Amino acid sequence: MATAAISAERENYLNQEYGIRSWLLTTDHKRIALLYLASITFFFFIGGFFALLIRLELLTPAGDLVQADTYNKLFSMHGQVMIFFFLIPSIPAVLGNFLVPLMIGAKDLAFPRINLLSWYLYIIAGTIYLHCIVTGGVDTGWTFYTPFSTAFSNTKVIEAGVSIFIVGFSSILTGLNFVVTIHRMRAPGMTWSRLPLFIWAHYATSIIQLLGTPVLAITLLLVVFERAFNLGIFDPTRGGDPLLFQHLFWFYSHPAVYIMILPAMAVESEVVACFARKRIFGYNFVAMSSIAIAVFGFLVWAHHMFVAGISLYSALVFSILSYLVAVPSAIKVFNWTATMYKGSISFTTPMLYAFGFIGLFTMGGLTGLFLAALGIDVHVHDTYFVIAHFHYIMVGGAVMGYLGGLHFWWPKISGRMYPEGWGRLAALLVFAGFNLTFFPQFILGYMGMPRRYWQYPPEFQVLNVLSTAGSTILAIGYVLPMVYFLWSMRYGKIASDNPWGAAGLEWKTSSPPPTFNFDEEPEVTWEAYNYEQISAPAEVNVER
Amino acid sequence: MFDNFPLWPVRASTNAGNVDALYIFLVALSAFMCLAIFTMILVFATKYRRRRGIEAEQIEGSSALEITWSIIPLGIFMVIFLWGAVIYFHERTPPRGAAEVYVVGKQWMWKLQHEEGPREINELHVPVGRDVKLIMTSQDVIHSFYVPAFRIKQDVLPGRYTTAWFRATRPGVYHLFCSQYCGTMHSGMIGQVVVMEPAQYQAWLSGGGTTGSLAASGESLFQQLGCPTCHRSDTQGRGPILTGIFDKPVQLEDGRTVIADENYIRESILSPSAKIVSGFKPIMPVFQGLVGEEQLSALVAYIKSLSPTPSGAAGKTSLTPGGTRSQNP
Repeated sequence: MATAAISAERENYLNQEYGIRSWLLTTDHKRIALLYLASITFFFFIGGFFALLIRLELLTPAGDLVQADTYNKLFSMHGQVMIFFFLIPSIPAVLGNFLVPLMIGAKDLAFPRINLLSWYLYIIAGTIYLHCIVTGGVDTGWTFYTPFSTAFSNTKVIEAGVSIFIVGFSSILTGLNFVVTIHRMRAPGMTWSRLPLFIWAHYATSIIQLLGTPVLAITLLLVVFERAFNLGIFDPTRGGDPLLFQHLFWFYSHPAVYIMILPAMAVESEVVACFARKRIFGYNFVAMSSIAIAVFGFLVWAHHMFVAGISLYSALVFSILSYLVAVPSAIKVFNWTATMYKGSISFTTPMLYAFGFIGLFTMGGLTGLFLAALGIDVHVHDTYFVIAHFHYIMVGGAVMGYLGGLHFWWPKISGRMYPEGWGRLAALLVFAGFNLTFFPQFILGYMGMPRRYWQYPPEFQVLNVLSTAGSTILAIGYVLPMVYFLWSMRYGKIASDNPWGAAGLEWKTSSPPPTFNFDEEPEVTWEAYNYEQISAPAEVNVER
Repeated sequence: MFDNFPLWPVRASTNAGNVDALYIFLVALSAFMCLAIFTMILVFATKYRRRRGIEAEQIEGSSALEITWSIIPLGIFMVIFLWGAVIYFHERTPPRGAAEVYVVGKQWMWKLQHEEGPREINELHVPVGRDVKLIMTSQDVIHSFYVPAFRIKQDVLPGRYTTAWFRATRPGVYHLFCSQYCGTMHSGMIGQVVVMEPAQYQAWLSGGGTTGSLAASGESLFQQLGCPTCHRSDTQGRGPILTGIFDKPVQLEDGRTVIADENYIRESILSPSAKIVSGFKPIMPVFQGLVGEEQLSALVAYIKSLSPTPSGAAGKTSLTPGGTRSQNP
């Protein structure tokens, strides 16, 4: 057992200082990552609680569990919490924050204090949003469509808008920090072509955060101004244009999908390479496809508006561009699959999540082809088909990636192993529960059930019951990791520096790493994923 | 084929079959792709699972493979794009001579006015085999007119007209949903489309006891509001002649040319100074806030009826599509 040599008393970022001050005033990217981990987990369970109430309401066709207004608030706040307070910060602000400096051999991010500021902005925004929830909530949908949001809703639109405006800056600052860090702080020898694909994908993500998020901020500010000061920007009775809002909103919110999925692809590349013990097939193509997704992702926003009243010809343009952005995603899936060819594959928890990711992301991507087809989109737009599609991408893809990554790097983050058996069980529960929850919604959508319906015609009930049943399994699958991660922090087996035998600089320092990451600055003389030079651990699967 | 399959929506319009065909193609394509990828993963995972003493074989990649699996999907995507675009083009182009129904969405109901005169709430009666064009607007927030059995959907916006069309093929009663979230009772903003045999439809029409066509009520409103004072049928009026203008180009004072469609007529009534016809002065009073959406529909229907073409003629019940339109430059 290699771990026996590690002294539990060895100084690391966790035990160097104690006390609440040492956490709240830290500028260590690893501690800030943990601050983010705790905060987004909190919001994840709030958003999940809303989701469960939604599914329970939909168990029966009649609106009976909650009032119509309450239901509208539930799905609005489920979306806003999950997107702005969980998914967007999830992988970048937790795993990215922890790993970007480690992976490139840096002591910290380029701007450690800005990094802390970004967490404080998140907390300020989160506090405002929590206040909004407990004092009445908001019912505009996560999309804030005008003129409903500016002139008709009687809920706390301004408060929610201000909160999301602020949390956007937290995201911008993280992106800014990553871009500068990746450009300026790479260790000697860490050339662009030697960067782990995790870094390439985070670089692409950061560019979207930097360029896209300000547009969301402006748009929400305009909504707040129209509502507060009666300006006529989006409301036609005051001379505004409601479609202008949709263009501005989706200009950010479509690329935002890539802010959520690109980091999950980042995790996928690392995990598949490690547990197939191979260099990623087609490294250059996988790296460049991240950049291509970031660029093309900015040119497809109006595919959310095919039935909104845009012109026939602009619909044609946005449809064809949407197909172009599908190509780099397909390239990635093919390359991960090809990486397994002639590999040496082991079935650890992170790898199970990686398999799940490929399966669910493939289905999410393929159903995206349906939605980009103009003639089909007219029928399934704003139905449960869309709900199923984006949950396959954002929950099936992004959350599977996040959980897989959390398990993969947990030994590095905490210095302890999680219980492998429980980990695999949870991964299977998440996969099964997810499919049972969301697959029936594809059928519901093609049958014609519109989204955001509090009550629905009885012929849709059977599929809704299946979906609700699946969501309870999914909930168990999400609670389990939280329980055993917490358990493992005290009782888990001590992790060695490199328990998976993985490539990458982060595995060359101790677990958990010292405050400044490396005892001496590393010098890179090898290509990424040099698995031929690393021997596989004798015993990968560390059972309790 | 799918009529008795309870997991498939009813097909009740000429458009539904087109949408279903592409959908079935995509389901087949997706099933094939999923099967191919999942099988490969399963095979690799089994065949290359970790064994003592056997190392992974390091493979750099293959540009030939990369190009193959970029170009082939792209080609397939372009086929899907074109197929989807053709259906969409068809959906977005109402045939000439379609019967017109004016739709007003409001929180939380649908109001429908037939050009023959009948008005309905949350119900739309139409005969089998007739092209029906919907001219829709909203009184408050954005709604969306969605009939799954016809596979049509169109957002309904405040402050402008959007259109959709269908031709029903099967008698029956079908859901009409609002599919754009519009507030508290969004899920209660549902109605039904009743498709009837033509003879039954005629009986339904004559049984309504309505007070004349939509254009006729538009005409009396036109008189009441004093419009004929300026919009005279001779060249002496202070406003442009409205006879024959519909769907024709109009030369504006600022040099632009616009087509006098429903949205143009609507705008010219509500805020006349937005687009001034060449040779006239901006003297018409603003009617924003003075006429409601349903009155506006009647006025638009009346002005359209002044154009001697089949498409806007009031009370027309022709069952044949593609009526002859005199000229459209």
